Amino acid sequence: MPKVLISGSSCQRLTGGRTELEVAATTFRRLVLELEQRFPGLGKQVEEGMAVAIDGEIFQDAYSAQFGADSEVVLIPKIGGG
Amino acid sequence: MNYISSDLKVVGSRPIRPDGVEKVTGRAQFGADMRMAGMLWGKVLRSPHAHAKIVSIDTSKAEKMPGVKAVVTSKDLPHIANEEAFVGEGPMNFRDLSRNCLAWDKALYEGHAIAAVAATSQSIADAAIEQIEVKYEVLPYCIDVEDAMADNAPVLHEDLFTAGVEPKPTRPSNIAKVVTFKKGDAEAGFKDADVVVEGRYTTKAVHQAYIEPHACLCSYNADGQVMIYSSSQGHFMVRAYCSKLLGIDLANIRAVPMEIGGGFGGKTLVYLEPVAIALSKKAGRPVKMQMTRDEVFRASGPTSGATMDVKLGAKKDGTIVAAKQVLKYQAGAFPGSPIGPGCMCGFAMYDIPNVDVVGYDVVSNRPKVAAYRAPGAPISSWAVECAMDDLARKLGKDPIELREQNGARNGTKTHYGPTHQNIGFLETLKAAKNHPHWKAPLKPGQGRGIACGFWFNIGGESTAGCHIAEDGTVVATSGNPDIGGSRASIGMMVAEVLGVPAERVRTIIPDTSSINFSFLTGGSRVTFATGMAATQAAERVVEDLKRRAAQIWEIPVEAVEWKDGKAYPAGSNAGAFEPLDLASLALKAGRTGGPIGSELSVNAQGAGPGFGVHIADVEVDHETGAVKILRYTAIQDVGKAIHPSYVEGQIQGGATQGIGWALNEEYIYDAKGKMDNSGFLDYRVPVASDVPMIEAVMVEVPNPRHPFGARGVGEVPIIPPMAAIGNAVCGATGLRLYDLPMSPPKVRAALDAAAPKLAAE
Repeated sequence: MPKVLISGSSCQRLTGGRTELEVAATTFRRLVLELEQRFPGLGKQVEEGMAVAIDGEIFQDAYSAQFGADSEVVLIPKIGGG
Repeated sequence: MNYISSDLKVVGSRPIRPDGVEKVTGRAQFGADMRMAGMLWGKVLRSPHAHAKIVSIDTSKAEKMPGVKAVVTSKDLPHIANEEAFVGEGPMNFRDLSRNCLAWDKALYEGHAIAAVAATSQSIADAAIEQIEVKYEVLPYCIDVEDAMADNAPVLHEDLFTAGVEPKPTRPSNIAKVVTFKKGDAEAGFKDADVVVEGRYTTKAVHQAYIEPHACLCSYNADGQVMIYSSSQGHFMVRAYCSKLLGIDLANIRAVPMEIGGGFGGKTLVYLEPVAIALSKKAGRPVKMQMTRDEVFRASGPTSGATMDVKLGAKKDGTIVAAKQVLKYQAGAFPGSPIGPGCMCGFAMYDIPNVDVVGYDVVSNRPKVAAYRAPGAPISSWAVECAMDDLARKLGKDPIELREQNGARNGTKTHYGPTHQNIGFLETLKAAKNHPHWKAPLKPGQGRGIACGFWFNIGGESTAGCHIAEDGTVVATSGNPDIGGSRASIGMMVAEVLGVPAERVRTIIPDTSSINFSFLTGGSRVTFATGMAATQAAERVVEDLKRRAAQIWEIPVEAVEWKDGKAYPAGSNAGAFEPLDLASLALKAGRTGGPIGSELSVNAQGAGPGFGVHIADVEVDHETGAVKILRYTAIQDVGKAIHPSYVEGQIQGGATQGIGWALNEEYIYDAKGKMDNSGFLDYRVPVASDVPMIEAVMVEVPNPRHPFGARGVGEVPIIPPMAAIGNAVCGATGLRLYDLPMSPPKVRAALDAAAPKLAAE
């Protein structure tokens, strides 16, 4: 099962302080649904406010972004720009 | 398809810029150039107070004035709920955006919009706002970030409680949120260090200082259809914000993008358009509004000022073992400073095992901040890159070699989580070390400084099209306003795929009803993401052209190849046919299936970060404190320069803005919290005589996720200049300056204060 690291502190209120979770998911969409089920409110926050970095590549707003059991999966705050 | 290894004919060349003639002959149509029959002039009444309750607003006298056709306050906009969404550059709270466009119950900064009028002339509108009677209850204010964080600071919002702390606070605060990023154990790392450097650094608020003030012309028709003409960094963003703030369906709003005279992030939200639409609805006529320069400074978002504490710990051999940063950023009147990226970018260039970063987003009585080129990163890098220089001095190491030793490379895990892949930081450092500038001798009294920068760059939703006109010329369409040359880059990529000269492709930006959605222009994304859509659209057109040639020749489509703008039979077995060019195929478009064109939408991923390294030589006039830049070199990993002149321009422009940030620019407030220097005479941006020719060196480590290898380039170059100059000043004077800007009075005061110590040394 992939390990998902939640970067930063913005989600800790919803996860009870946990920053690393094992999640039964291989796409960002499934990841969001699983997180929402386990920690109500977290899936929404992740979907709307976070990007996912899979093996170093950042995906934003991409349900179909895929990862495997050995992938590095990190949720980081969404990036904007100027 | 991927063209990175291809022999390119157009991409990488320097055709004449497509917008150049219009701009230099004064024909380009900017936001303020539009007129409509029956048009009224709109004008905003702004708060004279930094912080005040609005007790009452009496508009009756203004409404009675001849020539005044409408007056609006926040009561004319729906009072929407506290709702946040990522529509523009960063999450936006719509309620806060609405309150920023027209104040609800409080004036939160001097310049805050209170009411607006529409009248038959500008002079009547100016006179009418003077007739609006506002009763204020003036409140204490706070501007500087640490003043706003103090326990006894005047609270701006009674319903704002600090997010990110446990247990949840019960008292409202000006600290909107706290963010933290940790890797390893920084305290243990510092205990293990042989050498430690630390410092407290500050920056002041600076404005994006675009030459073109905000302007719009809006028309609300009796059937509820709305036209908006404005310059912005995203006409779809303008449409979305106006829809949300006014409760109008998106399809009933048509936003037309005008030419833009600079944005740099500051035009990624709206100020005037919702107000103009409300006035137009009330008046039944189009309304034009434009900000004065004074209004731009007082009432549109600059970036944050900040206070930062930074600490680095290293072993004697130069290996950095621990790093810590505490950042406090001004958000302005409403939450939303770029504290997140600020926290992530400062140490992103380095491979450090133990890192601890804490950031505070703090509201205060000044204009709500807006994005400014790599938002948050220049501020945090100012502190980190100066500290790196101090560390190099303490270790007796060359500053480039210290960075090379600790530099991020493919496989480096960042302190904010992801592992870097496909990055070019070490290549840019090497290019800097090998550049003649680094080795050029300095005269006595001169100093040289180096600093680096990192920015993520983004992709996102983009739409582009490729249409073949009946004569075979090409119109490319882009869903993105062009703020940095994307019409050229998109046209060139389309030309490359079609195999025609760049001059045969004209790129335009249709309005929101004429092209599918595109996320706004920002985040250095358009050449990457919209370019990706344009490339794919052109590839679809090529496949269609081959199909049509096959139909004309009555051969299988597999037997047709496309090369240099023409269809050819693929080999002698396919048949002896004369090639068919775009004009020939366009002539027969109807008979071969209809018009030839493709519009394509993507959500582009894989943008790939950018790195920059800047070298600055300075000398300091000890009498005036003026810092003169003698030589400046900016080295950047650009992936692939689609149009090198534009890329150089982005690098030079970003570096120049960073130079202004370093040496002169700041918001200066009087004792009543009012801005004292709201014009370009006293808010001193660099002009051509202030800077030498900036040499832009492009390192090309292709981004494998883009068809031509492009990376975003526009934001990285603003990040290194402040520290590069600060380090150069340190080299020239022996003094570390910690506070920006390093303007002449401050440098002179620092020199005077240090004179006894320097004399002793």
